[in-house]
Amino acid sequence: MAVAMILLFPILVSGEFKPWLLLDAQSLGATGHFLASFVPPAHSREFLLLILAATWQTIAIATAGLTLALLGAIPLTLLATESLSVSRMESGHMRPAGVAIRQSARWLLVLLRSVPELVWALLLVRIVGLGPTAGVLAIALTYSGMLGKVYAEILESTESHVSESLLKNGSGRLLALLYGTLPASASELVSYTTFRWECAIRGSVMMGFVGAGGLGQRMDESMKMLAGDEVSTMLVIFVLLVACADLISTFLRKRLG
Amino acid sequence: MSFELRGVSVRYASAKHTPSDLALKDIGLSIKQGEQIALIGPSGAGKTTLLHTLACAHSISSGEFSAFGVTPWTLDHGERHALRARFFLAPQTPPLPPRQRVVTAVLAGRLPQWSFWQAIASLIRPNDTDVAYEALARFNLQDKLYARVDRLSGGERQRCGMARLLVSNADAFLVDEPLSALDPALSLQTLAALQQEATRRSATLVCSMHQVELALAHFPRIVGLRDGRIVFDAARTAVTEAMVLALYRNTDDAVAVVATQTYTDAC
Amino acid sequence: MKRPAPPSVFDFSTVALLAALLALVCASFFSLTLKWSELFTDDALRSSLEFLRGFAPPELAWPFLIKIAAGTLETLSMSALGTGIAFVLGIALALPASGRYGRLARSFIRLLLNVLRSIPELVWAVILLIAAGLGPFAGTLALAVHTTGVLGRLFADALENLPPAPETTLRINGASPMAAFFYAVLPQALPQLMSYTLYRWENNIRAAAILGVVGAGGLGQMLKFHLSLFQMQQAASVIIAMMLMITTVDGFSFWLRRKINGK
Repeated sequence: MAVAMILLFPILVSGEFKPWLLLDAQSLGATGHFLASFVPPAHSREFLLLILAATWQTIAIATAGLTLALLGAIPLTLLATESLSVSRMESGHMRPAGVAIRQSARWLLVLLRSVPELVWALLLVRIVGLGPTAGVLAIALTYSGMLGKVYAEILESTESHVSESLLKNGSGRLLALLYGTLPASASELVSYTTFRWECAIRGSVMMGFVGAGGLGQRMDESMKMLAGDEVSTMLVIFVLLVACADLISTFLRKRLG
Repeated sequence: MSFELRGVSVRYASAKHTPSDLALKDIGLSIKQGEQIALIGPSGAGKTTLLHTLACAHSISSGEFSAFGVTPWTLDHGERHALRARFFLAPQTPPLPPRQRVVTAVLAGRLPQWSFWQAIASLIRPNDTDVAYEALARFNLQDKLYARVDRLSGGERQRCGMARLLVSNADAFLVDEPLSALDPALSLQTLAALQQEATRRSATLVCSMHQVELALAHFPRIVGLRDGRIVFDAARTAVTEAMVLALYRNTDDAVAVVATQTYTDAC
Repeated sequence: MKRPAPPSVFDFSTVALLAALLALVCASFFSLTLKWSELFTDDALRSSLEFLRGFAPPELAWPFLIKIAAGTLETLSMSALGTGIAFVLGIALALPASGRYGRLARSFIRLLLNVLRSIPELVWAVILLIAAGLGPFAGTLALAVHTTGVLGRLFADALENLPPAPETTLRINGASPMAAFFYAVLPQALPQLMSYTLYRWENNIRAAAILGVVGAGGLGQMLKFHLSLFQMQQAASVIIAMMLMITTVDGFSFWLRRKINGK
């Protein structure tokens, strides 16, 4: 507690934490003006259609990105999981080649995860240009790291008695996984994947702000023009979108679990 | 010759024991194909480790071990794993995934025989359901063909584990305490089914159990294990009450053994 | 002996669901004009490689490293402050959101929390820039606002799931609601609340790192700055600094959570 108190002052300074700024006349004026323009929210027909298209694009970016992430995560997970190692079963520890492969898979997952998706998006926009491709790839890269890590954790925390038994009787490793571990861990795996899909939707909105398409890019454009009415419509649509994604994800979790 | 062990020592697998602790010490055993052997001894004697060693699931730290005429630990990784398909190791806790259907769980015994894609297809729609049905019928569980494993009782699960053994293609059955969750009538029935199958296939059967009286009544050869060593290895007629008592003396299982005296006397 | 009938292999609703998911995935891929073929042309590969090569070696001159350190500190402060504020506000809002002040308050506050957490930090930052100006202050506020929504909801759920006995016992014996809260509820729930907060801090450090991209200070602002001037080597240093910072905070938070839950 004391440590936190002592650190507080430099933190406040470093963060330029000046709440009184919020209340100075110029800032209040600008804020007030902006907030006033929120109402009424823009609702012309062409605008709404535009927004609908952008919303679908956001959903598509998130879904496509997550699908690619899944395809990338599955092989990495299998490499990174220890519980299917035959050599570990035999003698208590893995062969050096196995250890090396497993460690490399883990490091790759960490690397993919540590770079924030927005940074990937920034770089990718410069390589592949503006538009949804950068967003899809950025999500695919970051999320394969996240999915891979959590899948490996889920598989390793599942009781291995069943799959080890199949291994001991001569079954192949992948089949031992499918017949032994998957029935128990399937619902957790699906649950986490649908949770990540929701996050991907939020992520793709954020990436729109650096030019990766979708609702985010539209919002960025409207903010630059201080068109409060457009922004407020988009905020409302966005909150609804997240709520729907939440509902769908809860539903999927119940049905596929 | 099914199994040949000479001077085999095996270390403990778990990290609890120090690496120099030996679970099995200087084991010598010769088992011909088609023999049926009961493995008895107090808890912690090393019965499970011995079964794992016979199944090539556990590496040996010294001695010679050969199975089906080859020395598994000189083979390369892939060949040794292929050899494993010829054994069936049935652990004490039935290795059945709780949320799976019985038919799939039982048919998992066929995995070494199926190609990869056959196995995947079977996950969606089980192949060979007839085989599973008949195997379950031997244990009177045919009605549970499509039930979920977690809806079964402990005894039913144990017998399902045995049904998996029946559908496999193994030439050696290594069974760890198959009767622990079964009442006396079911125990007799299950043991009979196991032994019938072993005889039919001319497969070797090595079965560990705590029910000494059943072992003596049904198995022609008894091996007694204590503290990782073989204390006796004899035909059942040569096993006396004194030998059995000595095996279990001063262990927590001694009480159970005393209670079985009436059976052995009745032989 | 009558064979039990196999359950129908394909349960209609599950098949329909899987088909719908597949349709969603395919529609996503097709509706986006993804320039796959363009990605893999010789030209594109060459220019990507050149682009990537421009990052090495990362800029390691001492004065620049000091700037990076300052940026890192700024980012850390943003995340720490934002999370800290959210912790306090989160508890405050969790009280009505867990039903302690009636159903109407609960629904209303939960709706508020949902709105706060649905809008991503970046969007909050863009909006708050107007009120708070460029710089880390806007970033801190954005994090605080968003995280309050997240933590408030998590805390409210945790409070609702607590066994009620300790609190009701105190209330029955005449304690005021606030006192019951501090003496019974908080001690019970604190380890879990802190665990959530630390986990959220891990997330916020990533968020803080990138908020700068829209002008909210920290390493993100540095990154945007150098990228827009095509100073790739400096940008590479910033990215590496971000990764190191994130990994360190992840590890520290993991260790702290273990200590809290272990004791």
